[in-house]
Amino acid sequence: MATMIEAENLTKYYGEQRAVDDLSFTVQPGVVTGFLGPNGSGKSTTMRLILELDAPSSGDVTVNGKHYRDHTAPLHEVGALLEARSVHTGRSAYNHLLALAQTHGIGRRRVDELIDLVGLHDVARKRAGKFSLGMGQRLGIAAALLGDPSTIMLDEPVNGLDPEGILWVRHLLRGLAAEGRTVFVSSHLMSEMSLTADHLIVIGRGRKIADMSTDEFIRQASGGLVLVRTPQAAELEALLSGPDVTVTAAGPGLLEVRGLTAVQIGEAAAANQLVLHELTPQQASLEEAFMTLTRDDVEFKAAELEPEEAVL
Amino acid sequence: MSAVSQAQQIPRLAHTGRVTQLRVALSEWTKLRSLRSTLWSLFAGVLLTILLPVLFAAITSSHWGSMSPHERADRHPLDIALAGVNVSQLAIAVLGVLVITGEYSTGMIRASFTAVPKRLPVLWAKTAVFAVVAFLLMLPPVLIAFFASQAILSRHHILQISFSHPGVARSVIGGAVYLMLVGIFALGIGAIVRNTAGAIATFAGIFFVIPPLMNILPSNWNHAISKYLPSEAGRQLFSLTHDANSFSPGAGALLFVGYCALTLAIAAILLVRRDT
Repeated sequence: MATMIEAENLTKYYGEQRAVDDLSFTVQPGVVTGFLGPNGSGKSTTMRLILELDAPSSGDVTVNGKHYRDHTAPLHEVGALLEARSVHTGRSAYNHLLALAQTHGIGRRRVDELIDLVGLHDVARKRAGKFSLGMGQRLGIAAALLGDPSTIMLDEPVNGLDPEGILWVRHLLRGLAAEGRTVFVSSHLMSEMSLTADHLIVIGRGRKIADMSTDEFIRQASGGLVLVRTPQAAELEALLSGPDVTVTAAGPGLLEVRGLTAVQIGEAAAANQLVLHELTPQQASLEEAFMTLTRDDVEFKAAELEPEEAVL
Repeated sequence: MSAVSQAQQIPRLAHTGRVTQLRVALSEWTKLRSLRSTLWSLFAGVLLTILLPVLFAAITSSHWGSMSPHERADRHPLDIALAGVNVSQLAIAVLGVLVITGEYSTGMIRASFTAVPKRLPVLWAKTAVFAVVAFLLMLPPVLIAFFASQAILSRHHILQISFSHPGVARSVIGGAVYLMLVGIFALGIGAIVRNTAGAIATFAGIFFVIPPLMNILPSNWNHAISKYLPSEAGRQLFSLTHDANSFSPGAGALLFVGYCALTLAIAAILLVRRDT
């Protein structure tokens, strides 16, 4: 059976408010899929719909071929970290995890293992209400991994984490995907997603804007501008030139490359033993492009007469 | 960096079990015993149930000499022995409410329903575990309260009643059963209202506000209606005497159990239907 999340025309109204609007997508195993959108764009609602914490107004969503509620061991199918903390503030981290584990007959050893894994060993017996945001996130991630799930779904996991923690989550997600699991991570930060996710599903105002590989999205969204500083500018320019690639000299030993990612440029240079002094994807323009993209979608929705090209 | 790359290795789980009602009950037991606030409230309930009757017995004994015959006739040993039940019912009710509303206010309910997405096993497990704990924890205190207050009263040779006297054992044990049912009723209210303050106010309204209001009604109306109130029906469990305006212990208990079942049924329907 395929391990994946499949949403079909998913729609959710809260009263008059349309939080999720006719959303269809598939999250595949083996890669990290980023779920990207501004705050309030419906990411958390979509995740609640997947877990059937909320019922969709119309449409359908399944995990591994079944409704989440119909699985006999749900924590083995999906491990989730939800955006709002889902922990009783008066209970210790250990007892919180133990209570969740016991619903599936999972033993205490597993709880200890995960507490060590997320680095909460020293505070495991302290009340979760006293935890910092970062510690709370680590506890949430431990809870998500408790049932050794085939699908991991994390809502804004790096929120409140220090740089070391962010790096840890990044490695963790990539490792989980490499094991063949389905990894679905939401974020409102394009820069973070561009480092973690292989595939992106971008939403704005509850509607899907883009569903493509991260490389392709970056190329489209930022115009693929990468700054390269090299003493071998001429050789590199000749090497990179191609039908979809433009290379312009921005100064002595400085090139602006469009149409290739920093990864592709770096690997091409290494393969040809060219020296690079700087290789900088234009991240600022990436964030800007992402905001423009989502803003366009909002405007497009408000004025239905705008031509479709306004979207991308 | 080495610590970071080591951390990626997620230990595999040897085997995964399915969710069963018994496992959810074990989980709810862990939840109940792992909150310090729960333990303190239960402890307070136990203490009040024992100490108030002892205190009343001591006061009654020391003032017996100065009491008028009318006043003396008004005192009943079982009222003294079970005085704590009236107070600790509030502690039990607040706890019953908190068992469920505490999860809504902290967001824990999302974790609970993610682990048990069918939801109803959580409600049944919470109810069963809390009911068993409330009964087992409150039974010794009501027994202790009875024998302790009797010991004090008998030293002054007043107001003595035997445990084997008809209805006494039923009333004393009925006090613990009543507290258990109050807890179940409150838990149901908590699951319906989902908000701690709102649920406690609703419970207090039903148990402490509506009954005295009945006294404003014409007395034949009062007599006709009052006995059907949950608090009045439940009270028959630990009342020794019954008259034309009250149910028998069995009928009262049955009616109160019916109210608890109705509350839980409404809670169950809402629990499955509502967004979390």
